[in-house]
Amino acid sequence: MTYIAKPKLHHPSLTCNAAGFTRRDYEGAVSTLCAGCGHDSISAAIIQACWELDIQPHRVAKLSGIGCSSKTPTYFLSASHGFNTVHGRMPSVLTGANLANKELLYLGVSGDGDSASIGIGQFVHAIRRGVNMVYIVENNGVYGLTKGQFSATADLGSKSKKGVTNTDSPLDMVGMALQLGASFVARGFSGDKPQLVPLIKAAIKHKGAAFLDVISPCVAFNNHPGSTKSYDYVREHNEAANRLDFIDGRDEITVDYAAGELIDVTQHDGNVIRLRKLAASYSPHDRVAAMNYLHERSAKGEVVTGLLYVDEDAHDLHGHMNTVSTPLNRLAAKELSPGKKALEKINAALR
Amino acid sequence: MKPIQATNDFVIKFANVNGSGSASANELFAKSILRMGVPVSPRNIFPSNIQGLPTWYEVRVNERGWLGRRGGVDMMVAMNPQTWDADIAEIEPGGYLFYDSTRPLPPSKFRDDITVIGMPLTAICNRTYADARQRQLFKNIMYIGALSVLLDIDPAEIEKLFGEQYKGKEKLLDSNVKALHLGRDYAKEHLAPIGLKVRRANAVGERIFVDGNSAAALGCVYGGATVCAWYPITPSSSLAEAFQKYCMKFRVDAETGENKFAIVQAEDEIASIGMVVGAGWNGARAFTTTSGPGISLMNEFIGLAYFAEIPVTIIDVQRGGPSTGMPTRTQQSDVLACAYASHGDTKHVLLFPEDPRECFDFSAQALDLADRLQTPVFVLTDLDIGMNQRLTAPFEWDDARAYDRGKVMTTEELEAGKYFGRYKDVDGDGIPWRTYPATHPKRGSFFTRGTSKNPEARYSERGDDYIYNMQRLLKKFDTAKALVPQPILHAANDKTRYGAIYYGSTSPAMDEALAALDADGLHVDALRLRAFPFPDPVAQFIAAHDHMFVIEQNRDAQLRSLIVNEFGIDPARLVPVLHYDGTPITARFIAGAIGKHMHAAKVVSIESKAAHS
Repeated sequence: MTYIAKPKLHHPSLTCNAAGFTRRDYEGAVSTLCAGCGHDSISAAIIQACWELDIQPHRVAKLSGIGCSSKTPTYFLSASHGFNTVHGRMPSVLTGANLANKELLYLGVSGDGDSASIGIGQFVHAIRRGVNMVYIVENNGVYGLTKGQFSATADLGSKSKKGVTNTDSPLDMVGMALQLGASFVARGFSGDKPQLVPLIKAAIKHKGAAFLDVISPCVAFNNHPGSTKSYDYVREHNEAANRLDFIDGRDEITVDYAAGELIDVTQHDGNVIRLRKLAASYSPHDRVAAMNYLHERSAKGEVVTGLLYVDEDAHDLHGHMNTVSTPLNRLAAKELSPGKKALEKINAALR
Repeated sequence: MKPIQATNDFVIKFANVNGSGSASANELFAKSILRMGVPVSPRNIFPSNIQGLPTWYEVRVNERGWLGRRGGVDMMVAMNPQTWDADIAEIEPGGYLFYDSTRPLPPSKFRDDITVIGMPLTAICNRTYADARQRQLFKNIMYIGALSVLLDIDPAEIEKLFGEQYKGKEKLLDSNVKALHLGRDYAKEHLAPIGLKVRRANAVGERIFVDGNSAAALGCVYGGATVCAWYPITPSSSLAEAFQKYCMKFRVDAETGENKFAIVQAEDEIASIGMVVGAGWNGARAFTTTSGPGISLMNEFIGLAYFAEIPVTIIDVQRGGPSTGMPTRTQQSDVLACAYASHGDTKHVLLFPEDPRECFDFSAQALDLADRLQTPVFVLTDLDIGMNQRLTAPFEWDDARAYDRGKVMTTEELEAGKYFGRYKDVDGDGIPWRTYPATHPKRGSFFTRGTSKNPEARYSERGDDYIYNMQRLLKKFDTAKALVPQPILHAANDKTRYGAIYYGSTSPAMDEALAALDADGLHVDALRLRAFPFPDPVAQFIAAHDHMFVIEQNRDAQLRSLIVNEFGIDPARLVPVLHYDGTPITARFIAGAIGKHMHAAKVVSIESKAAHS
């Protein structure tokens, strides 16, 4: 963190994207998190992804729960409406917001305490419903804001800063998201920005419930030997299933790879996710294989990252509900009230 | 014991078995009397079971139009052997028992002081029908037929009701008519006339017969709710289901077949209120419906919506508490839980509908108030209103009525440079301006949070920022007083030092009690409260009377506590009259309690004594 506020004036030479914004337009207030916090890297990746995708910042709604990770929406996209809700309940608020206006991009930011413990029910059901959103869990295995208690994603046998060993089994949110029917499931690492930015871009362009688990070390309480969520541990055990490039429909595809190494995933609006396969047997279209692969690697102590599963033909909650194309928050009395005559008919039927 | 003789003024109760098809037959009975122009008020009494266990349907027939529960039973239709003894015991001396006499019962199972009418319903059914379900269903129609003879109900009205119900299903229509007449024929041949009669009258008028939950759901449709998130809980589930039904009828775009609504059956009440908060934040009209346990679960979110100032409409169909309490019985016991819901200093707007018509009006109005005041608004109905059909004034809607979306700043206003401070009181009424997300590319965005903030919505723990905000919220609550439904005065026929305050479903019993007290020369001015915060006339009414009764349906006199707390009134000035056994309050109970108190205090004034002598 820093106490020096960034100047508001932009340098005239800053480049604008196609939407007419500079990268600075996607920034937020100065972070109040600890220096070196993985969460700040994720915020930076979100800024980068939105800028590269030419997203209009005010067309994004950023929602979070409570905790260190949930503070971060203040630190990016200051022109977006933000909502810091109650602990563990971001998914329901995001669902309601999404129902009100289907046109915006809904970015839900949460942590492992917020989503895997108090909010596990809401995480489960928002994924089940296929809410069109990007759901990012900034996963550090620890409660930072209350100073170092284990969270539900802390690995069995991992050690707290105070030397206590965790005896509870960990909750694997990626595995759960796959089982619950998420149509986009990925895991990233806050220390690997080249992998994380395209993952976020692909998630943003996905229509449906996109879940992104990002291992994000807590420098204050969970970055010591014995932790399985430290920078060193994750770097040593990171097993990338694939590297990916996100290619917007209009971009020219310039990089060539040898046949057999590439998988192109074309999502509903024509955007392409180009995956460079690192694990030979891995397919991102097979939910069951993804679950198996994840568990096999996990049993070997590896942390699998990359785009693990995507269903490019997914439908979202609005599709299931068959809602009108006009956002519900723009409908007025003339569209919503059945009128006096209909009421008189109802009265007549009740006599 | 002389058998009871009464025309257009009696109570008949049906003791049935859950899931036996009795509900629709009993409703048919009630409606046929209504069609004869005689008011009825039926009440379902049902324990928390689905099939095979006891359920009752109590119908009060009353030409004067008293719609409250009377208490006592003049005729029992005992169709459930499980509850036989208690059912027989409940009949008033001189009353009547109608039962299925197929299986003989020993004389010890009856009473000497009632008239016993046996009809071998099962035997007739078994003789007539081969199918087991038909035997079951038509048994109900058959006893309606027999009762129509005994009580002089016009069979043409029943046949007309069948015609409406089975329009286009001629086979069903015919078989029902046949069962009706089987019952009638047996009764005409074998049963002696009784003292209870229905006589055609003209006392129903234009009123409609509907349950409060359907009415509230329709109010939400007319009021423009587009998002409903709910979790099943008795007695509110039928409200959400009725909303779904009305939306399917009125909110499907005729051209595209697409829906102008979104309904989510959430995973729990916390998620329900969370979705409503999210939708309200994003500018859609949203509501949830629940009962007491749901309110408990929603508390944290209610505080967030209060402090972050988000429009939320909550319809609480109250039932007996605490805990799981009496889930299928009525009470008014969530008043305090709703008025001060959530931690910290909070106060919420409550509306108290008295009947289905007000359920309709207040639900639509709650959506307006929530937008205008940017805060949670509760509609506090209860099981008695919500799950029973009640005669009520017809619904009305003015097509010129636009929705009051409150202070929402537009793109044009932001573009023109109008000042926007999300939590700043620029108009002096405590209500700030808000923006919906995505209104303007550069202006009007803000961060919503449950933590303290300055008037520009930036995080702040400064004491003066916090006090400014909390005081502004109080001012906003004060502004609400003039916007909510105002209390209604029911003045006594004579000048009196006695007053009574009541609300919600107590209304019909209270009207009747006031008339009974008046007939006894006991004059009481009554004020029906329709909302919290209490508008100024409430304090004036209390100040203008030496003695004040507060009538309500809970143990702890919750509304009385609210009055004491909000006005700083000496509690000794407010006499609680409390009914909370789970059954709806009765006029007998209210008049008894008030009358006893007034007699004890020798209230009859000198003037009125002189007038009577």
